[in-house]
Amino acid sequence: MKYKSQKVAYWFFALSMLLLVLQLTYGFIMGFARIGMDGLHEFIPFNTARAVHTNLLVVWLLSGFMGAAYYIIPEESQNELVSVKLAYTQLITLAIVGVAAIVGYHLNYWEGRKFLEIPRPLDFLVVVNVLTFLGLILLTLFKGKRKTTTALVLSMGLLFAALLYLPGMITFDSQVYDSFFRWWVVHLWVEGVWELIMGGILSFLLIKLTGVDREVIEKWLYVIVGLTFLSGILGTGHHYYYIGVNKIWLIVGGIFSSLEPLAFLGMALFAVNMYRKGEKKHPNTLALYWTLGSAIMSFVGAGLLGFAHTIPQTNIYTHGTLVTAMHGHLAFWGAYAMIVLAIISYSLPNLTGRKLFNSTSGRLAFWLSNIGILGMTVAFGVAGVVQVYLERKMKMDFMEVQNEIQIHFVVLIICATLFTIGILYYVADFIKHGTPTDEALETRNN
Amino acid sequence: MLSKKQARAFFLGGTLVTFLIFIGLTVYSLSKSQDQAHSENITEQVVRGKMLWESNNCMGCHTILGEGAYYAPELTKVVERRGEGYVKSVLMSPVPWAPHGRKMVAYGFSEDEAKDLIAFFKWIGNIDLNGFDRVVSPLAKEK
Ligand code: HEM
Ligand code: HEM
Ligand SMILES: [Fe+2]
Repeated sequence: MKYKSQKVAYWFFALSMLLLVLQLTYGFIMGFARIGMDGLHEFIPFNTARAVHTNLLVVWLLSGFMGAAYYIIPEESQNELVSVKLAYTQLITLAIVGVAAIVGYHLNYWEGRKFLEIPRPLDFLVVVNVLTFLGLILLTLFKGKRKTTTALVLSMGLLFAALLYLPGMITFDSQVYDSFFRWWVVHLWVEGVWELIMGGILSFLLIKLTGVDREVIEKWLYVIVGLTFLSGILGTGHHYYYIGVNKIWLIVGGIFSSLEPLAFLGMALFAVNMYRKGEKKHPNTLALYWTLGSAIMSFVGAGLLGFAHTIPQTNIYTHGTLVTAMHGHLAFWGAYAMIVLAIISYSLPNLTGRKLFNSTSGRLAFWLSNIGILGMTVAFGVAGVVQVYLERKMKMDFMEVQNEIQIHFVVLIICATLFTIGILYYVADFIKHGTPTDEALETRNN
Repeated sequence: MLSKKQARAFFLGGTLVTFLIFIGLTVYSLSKSQDQAHSENITEQVVRGKMLWESNNCMGCHTILGEGAYYAPELTKVVERRGEGYVKSVLMSPVPWAPHGRKMVAYGFSEDEAKDLIAFFKWIGNIDLNGFDRVVSPLAKEK
């Protein structure tokens, strides 16, 4: 690392690791419930497990993004973080709000709105927390020596993500309105501003790992985030087809959401080409695996599998089935989980001074987790397609269909085990690196 | 070849234009004349039902309007499909409802609470869903 205050990032990454492991635990609870082993039903019913699983996902990704920003912004702006103390306070409060929400979900204290289950009083704490974070990042950036496109795109993504949290806090009497504005958060996050965050991190990593000229990389970054918004904003319409609003969204959502994969295709081509072009061989090959892997898997999970059900004529059959769960898993994994694991893999040796990046365990982590999640995607996918056919074409009863497709959840659990072993290797490597130290400080020559 | 400046202009321009169209379409499709949900029928009882729906996170197992979890049946047309009596007994059951082995949480709602939820389901069931209603319920009439 080049700036002492970058060490803050480590602790955000550590929180991410902890919450990731917890997230997977609740995934298994749901997986087993689906094959009839629901012994925990009394204490952790499916809806609790699900809210915990998805909220922990979002919180560990956000913690990872924040860690990424605390690492990247000082280095890009050539300036120490304005207040390290406040950054640690922000970390601790983030952890407290997260834990409070999770405990609440076990006590039937929540808002039943998918992905936004955090109850209103805690929402306000989230807002205060995120404002503190943004204040620190933006002040550091603007007081710094330079404002790079990479840093600007990353900060813009974080700022917009915070702003877009607000529509999810409005109360409506109509379920239709509720759903309409829930998508301003959920869709405009993952198919909009989070792509700016991903693009910013990706661009930083490519500059460091490939040695390609910053001007070239940042030009393409603009093109990619340009494609993101051009398609993604009006693409929100793909969630408005069948919730009780005007038919115009079938046309607008259909056309624009079909263009969304272009941004992810852009990320994949961008990363692979910069890698080919680069002359520098950075020794951290593991970080390179995760970086290129993220760009490619996001195209598969979000781009291809998203496209598979985004046309209104298809979506009318797949809407609200396990097909959606198939896409949700690979898209979140490729685009956001992998980019967080990439920046951790890159920064950890720099923060701790331990250069463990050619370990077998590191490579096992990469391959096992990716093979595992691809298997899970296939299991969800087959279950989903069979569900669509039997339930929506043959008009069979919901629960009868569920019993038909139970076997695919056995496959799911086997693949999830493989995946989890990979993640445990990753976490073990994380722990082996130890904590950050000032001895790892490099002389600045940028 | 594209310059960085042009690339930035593409980003800012595209964002601004699509954002404005998006706001315009939002205002249009939520305007009174375009209402497909019979919003005038949202009574206090329906609102109470919606609150119960939310505070118990029913969406954590079920879907409604095709949104939610995939563990339990879609409830958009449930009253039409099952009838009020059936729905009421599910809601008021003191033990986990599990006709096929998979358990629902035993909420044991009171009669009034069950009626509120049924009012909510009935309102949901009358929304014009651009054809999706026909797919999720075999009983839904062809329009
Ligand atoms: C990294 C980016 C993406 C992530 C993380 C993601 C994740 C998700 C998740 C979690 C859902 C379920 C949401 C809910 O029901 O509340 C969903 C739904 C959906 N996604 Fe994506 N997605 C991404 C990109 C895309 C793209 C690029 C497309 C289209 C080309 C797409 C098409 C869809 C569609 C059509 C649905 C609705 C499915 C339904 O009707 O049930 N997604 N996505
Ligand atoms: C041990 C591994 C995992 C298992 C067994 C697992 C299992 C599940 C199950 C059973 C559901 C509920 C589907 C339903 O409603 O019936 C679910 C939902 C979800 N999981 Fe996982 N999961 C695992 C890992 C992950 C990972 C690594 C991610 C993200 C990278 C993830 C993201 C999600 C999302 C976004 C949803 C909501 C999907 C939707 O509503 O469409 N899960 N998971
Ligand atoms: Fe979307």
